[in-house]
Formats: sequence, structure tokens, C-alpha cells
Amino acid sequence: MKPRRVVSRRLALLMAFAACAAAGAQKLTVAAAADLRFALDELATQYRAAHPEVDLAITYGSSGNFFAQIQNGAPFDVFLSADVDYPQRLIAAGLASQDSLFLYGVGRIVVWVPAGSPLDPAALGIHLLEAASVRHIAIANPQHAPYGRAAVAAMRSLGVYDRVSPKLVLGENIGQAFEFVESGAAEAGIVALSLALKPAGRGHGRYWEVPQEAYPKIEQGGVILSRAPAGPAAQFRAFLLSAEARRILKQYGFSVPQ
Amino acid sequence: MDWQAIVLSLRLALSTTLVLQVVGMPLAWWVAFSRRRWKFLVEAVVALPLVLPPTVLGFYVLIAIGPRSPVGALYARLTGGLLPFSFAGLLVASVLYSMPFTVQPMAAAFGSVDRKLLEAAWCLGVSRASTFRRVVMPLARQGIATAAILSFAHTVGEFGVVLMVGGNIAGVTRTVSISIYDQTQSLDYNGAWHTSLLLVAFSFVVLAVTYSWQRRAWMLWPPH
Repeated sequence: MKPRRVVSRRLALLMAFAACAAAGAQKLTVAAAADLRFALDELATQYRAAHPEVDLAITYGSSGNFFAQIQNGAPFDVFLSADVDYPQRLIAAGLASQDSLFLYGVGRIVVWVPAGSPLDPAALGIHLLEAASVRHIAIANPQHAPYGRAAVAAMRSLGVYDRVSPKLVLGENIGQAFEFVESGAAEAGIVALSLALKPAGRGHGRYWEVPQEAYPKIEQGGVILSRAPAGPAAQFRAFLLSAEARRILKQYGFSVPQ
Repeated sequence: MDWQAIVLSLRLALSTTLVLQVVGMPLAWWVAFSRRRWKFLVEAVVALPLVLPPTVLGFYVLIAIGPRSPVGALYARLTGGLLPFSFAGLLVASVLYSMPFTVQPMAAAFGSVDRKLLEAAWCLGVSRASTFRRVVMPLARQGIATAAILSFAHTVGEFGVVLMVGGNIAGVTRTVSISIYDQTQSLDYNGAWHTSLLLVAFSFVVLAVTYSWQRRAWMLWPPH
């Protein structure tokens, strides 16, 4: 046999294997708001264990960022936003169907300081932000992150915004705002409770929960995009709304809609 | 159009270029003429920003200049200020990030100066500093100018590092590239379009002028 034919046979075999593998695993790509990082990581572990046939890939970022990307054809199947506005606008744009919209949790925000901070959030509340030793306050960019908008709304309604706004530094999403504080570069931040409760970080930082009346409710909605394969996407949504998933979301500080 | 961001970017680029001219020149001289065995290590460190993703550089710079690091703590003691999220912090990051764009063209220019001329100057009793000023600088001026232009342009085009360490403060750390990013993320395509177009035009003019000027210089003084 000529060497070239051996190669082409091997190639054919390889391609056949690849085709089988592709048919076996269904791919499901999820774009998720950055506040979900720790909660969804845990949820994904459970989901993968229950559905080994689905190849689940999650990308975290700011909701506004994903919204812009999806509008421009980003290949996501499910979008878990940190609000309901972006999903609704995708429905209006014809990129997702109305009946695919679902509410999976209500987010909460906290004033958060890193482990070594001398400031006590429980005692100072929102006025911690006004302390002289706090030179920078990290929040998510309100232009495209719902948690950033909630943080600004809370500071306004609690009457500290005008005094502390010169100290604000903006993370590209809530995850970066969290990182700014965790790295010590910013002395305090207003972040998602779900991040302040991160598993390894429990007890590493301290927080004060901003009263929920101080900012518009952070209802977090998801949609299945029209391009998604029917089976796994619907199944993933059902999983997120299951009792077990709700328990995990609750554990990470989300209020769960009934 | 976000003129505040455009002005800030120009200010940052100009400051970075000036700092690099001062810091980079002796370093380039050393790289060009040192006979140390471990010179390659220094060369590799200087060239690192060419290959490292800006995220890596930005992440380390943020930690390195933060109040918990010795550098950040020292800066806080000396100036009472903090480096992260400040113009000074951005300048530190930009200087590191654009270092190879200054050192490499300068070192190449210094290295191509005929050693016989240097030795002749020394034999005539001209001091090393004076030799540098009167012999090396004029012969290497094209490389020095290239270094300045490349560092300036590279800093204007910087995005990842600024995103990582800047904190997006209007007038302080929101450079033009961050402003464009914000505009696209908030679906202000009109604004993004205008600012981007300006940046494309600016970069094109800078590079076109550089190349045309280099060609003319080359034709006036052909290599021996």
C-alpha cells in the first residue's frame, strides 16, 4: 500500500471518530452575568453530573456586553442576564421568543470590604463609603452592568452619592469590581451578595447588606436564544428553575421567585 | 465625541514617551554595548510586554502598585496618594508596557554607530558623555525618533492594561480606547464610530509621516 493511502485512511478514520463525538455530545453555550460566577459554577457541576451528554460551556461577563455581542450574532444558546431589560430587548429584536423568558433569581447588593480592612461595615452601613480611609469605591460600570446601576441608585437614595462619587472606580463588570476590592487596590466596593459569599472567601471579607428598598429590585432573567438547539436549552432552563437549583441560588444570596 | 478621553490619551502618551526617553536611553545604551554574560536576561525582560497578554501585565501591575505591596506602600508614604486608579499608576503601567518600543529601536540605532568613530573621539580626549551627545546622538537620531513615535502611538492604542488597572474614571483613567469600548457596550455605535474614525485617521497620519520621513532621511544619508 502506498504511504499516501495509509495517511488518507487514517484521516478518514479520525474524521469518522470526530463525527461520532460531535453527534454524541450536544453543545450548549451559556452567557452569564458576572454575579453568577460562583453560584453557576456549582450549578454547572450538578448539571454536568446529571447530563453528561451535554457539553456545557459558560462565559461570564457584563450583561450589557453580552447584549451587544448577541445582537451582533454571538453564538450563545442561553443568556442569563443580571436584569430583565436586556432579555426583553433581545425578544423585541426577534433574537429570542417571548415564551422563553424566565426569572431565575433576585440579586442583592452589599457594601463589601476586604479581610484586613479596619472598617466595620456592620456598624457603619452605607456611611462606610464616606470614611476618609476609603479612597476608592469599586462598582460595576453603570453604563452596561445592572449591578452598577443598582449601586448608583442605592447611593443616591441613601443620600451619599454626591459626596462619594469622586471616589468611584468602575469595573468592566461586577466581577472586576469585586477583584478591585479583593486585590486591595480599592478599599471598599458595592458588589453582588452572591460574590461576597464566594465559597473560599467566606470569612475573608465583611459586608453590610444594602436594604432592598434602597434600589430597584434586581430581577434577573434569562432567555433561550432562537438559534439554540431545542433539547438541551429547555432542559437547562428547567434545571435552573428546579428545587435543587433554587436551593443553591438561595445559598449564594439570591432571593428566589416563587 | 469624548474629547476629555482624547486629551487624556494624548497626555498619557506624551508623558509615557518622555519618561521612556529618559529611562530607556541609558538602558538601550547598556543593551547595545554591555558585554555582560547575563545581558540576554535583561533583553528578555525588556521584551516581555511584546509577548505577554496585557491582562497578565495589568493584573500584576495592579497588585504591584496596590497599597498591600511594598512599592505601593512606599509610594503612599512618600506622596500620601495611591497608585491604582490614578494617572500616575496608569503612567507606570504604560511605561512598562511600551518599554520594548523605546529600547529596541534605540539599542539598534546605538549598535549601528561605527565603533571607530567612538574610539576616535575617546582617543581625541572627548569625554564619554560628550561623545554620546556629539557623536552617537546625531548618528542615532533616527532610531531615537522612531522609539519616541512608536512609544507614543503604542500608548495611544493601549487598551487591555488600562482596562485592568485604570478603573474607568472620567478625566483620570478613561482613555480614548476605554471610551470607545464603553460606547460600543452601551450601544452608542454612532459615538464609537466617530471616535474610532478619528483614531484610525490619527494613527495613519502618524505612521505615514514616520515612514515618509524615514525614507527621505535614508536617501539623504545612504548607509555606507
